[in-house]
Amino acid sequence: MNFYAIRAIYFHEMDRMRRTIGQSILSPVISTSLYFIVFGSVIGSMIPELDGVSYGSFIVPGLLMLTLLTQSISNSAFGIFFPKFTGSIYEVLAAPVSSLEIIIGFVGASATKSLIVGIIILLTASFFVELKIQYPLLMLFLLILTCLTFSLFGFLIGLLSNNFEQLQVVPLIIITPLVFLGGSLYTIEMLPEFWQKVSYFNPVVYLINGMRWSFYGASDINIFISVVSLVGFLVACIVGVAIVISKGYGVKN
Amino acid sequence: MQNVVSIKKLSKIYDNDFQALKNITLDIKKNEIIALLGPNGAGKTTMISIICGIVIPTSGSVTVDNFDIIKDYRRTRSLIGLVPQELSLEQFEYVFNNVSYTRGLYGKPPNPSLIEKILKDLSLWDKRNSRINELSGGMKRRVLIAKALSHEPSVLFLDEPSAGVDVELRQEMWQVIKDLRNSGVTIILTTHYIEEAEAIADRVAVINKGELLVVDNTSDLVKSMGQKTLVIELHEAIQVLPTKLESYNLTVLNNGLSISYNYDSSSKQTGITSLLQDMKETGLKLKDLKTEQSSLENIFVELVREN
Repeated sequence: MNFYAIRAIYFHEMDRMRRTIGQSILSPVISTSLYFIVFGSVIGSMIPELDGVSYGSFIVPGLLMLTLLTQSISNSAFGIFFPKFTGSIYEVLAAPVSSLEIIIGFVGASATKSLIVGIIILLTASFFVELKIQYPLLMLFLLILTCLTFSLFGFLIGLLSNNFEQLQVVPLIIITPLVFLGGSLYTIEMLPEFWQKVSYFNPVVYLINGMRWSFYGASDINIFISVVSLVGFLVACIVGVAIVISKGYGVKN
Repeated sequence: MQNVVSIKKLSKIYDNDFQALKNITLDIKKNEIIALLGPNGAGKTTMISIICGIVIPTSGSVTVDNFDIIKDYRRTRSLIGLVPQELSLEQFEYVFNNVSYTRGLYGKPPNPSLIEKILKDLSLWDKRNSRINELSGGMKRRVLIAKALSHEPSVLFLDEPSAGVDVELRQEMWQVIKDLRNSGVTIILTTHYIEEAEAIADRVAVINKGELLVVDNTSDLVKSMGQKTLVIELHEAIQVLPTKLESYNLTVLNNGLSISYNYDSSSKQTGITSLLQDMKETGLKLKDLKTEQSSLENIFVELVREN
């Protein structure tokens, strides 16, 4: 195992976050804080409790997942796409580094960035709403698993993208709507029966409800099903990245 | 001398069916400077990219220091440094950090004093804390060389190292390349500049349309394939060549004030003595004589044209 290479890629990517701290940290924290202020403190004060918690507290897991998913995907997609775009990917390809080491470096850095953002958002949320975490270890486990899984997914998108537009399609057109319609701001039970059934086809519903269960011990979906769904998606991403990398698609001719 | 890179029957066909390399076989000797000469699209960069692991070959094999580039890719790649043709750098990074990053990629522990030495040797030390987008084109190319040297490779590939570099800097770069060879590094460079190959390469390999046309020592190639020309300046201009001189295939130049004679310097009988004798007999008076050797450029152009 080329540990120096993993370290080099990891810190190289983390350094990019340091250089672009406004975009990497401040921007997601500010936009999520605005949700807490508007939906949590202002509008939330007029909405009755959901699942036994105030509306402001109820939306914390959903907004946390919204940020984690979009940040993890965009961090790692950009991380691998940018060297492809500038041509500097040549040095990663020409170095004595295995595909696994490349993935660990890029995905590890992306997941770390998202984890940092997630923790800052949790801390920020505590300023605006009452925050209780019933199962902190499970919450931390889901937080890390989500960051890793969606960073891998983002890495796959970055490998397959040929331009900046393709890079943005999945996070903006697919992930954001799925999160908003996945019960981040409401419970599935609030929907008409037909739309409740439709919602169960939205994979993000399982992720948000898993996270919500770790916070409040209550959710629309069984926690076991949520965790299995997340692990299943992680395995799918690993298989997808392994196939793409082994064929050299997107990076090698 | 021991071979450090051995290329056997290497071929590459791209997805669009373009065959960039056709059965190339080439041995590169340890500690030599070899120049790969060829026009655009000849296959030079493809060949380098395959050896460095960036492009997957269609068939054939390559070994570096007797290790296969695919089976033993970690060993071979750690021996190789690559300076690409394009200025492929992340523009917002700092010079020192970026060079150190490359060393890490090659599995080497951080060594700030080595990076300092490399940057000083390449006159980049003053720019160590500059962002790459603040550097000139020549400096960026030197950053690429610094990156390629950061893991102390024993084989260095330079893909068009002088592209976009001014004359003064080009001379400096040649000196850097010669110094590297003197320190034990084998250098393989591709170039469009014949002058560059002539100035620094021990051997030249001419590639065209994916085929290797010739490989030889630079001086031997010029000697064996080049022609020499004897230019004779006359006291008085001539209108027509005397009949006696027609068999020499002379060319009248400079409004009849000079004649030129092409001969093969490697043959035992150049024909110069008999030409001068016959000129004397026809009454032509000589003013001056000079000889010209055809350059590597002439040979290159001739080879590519024939191919």
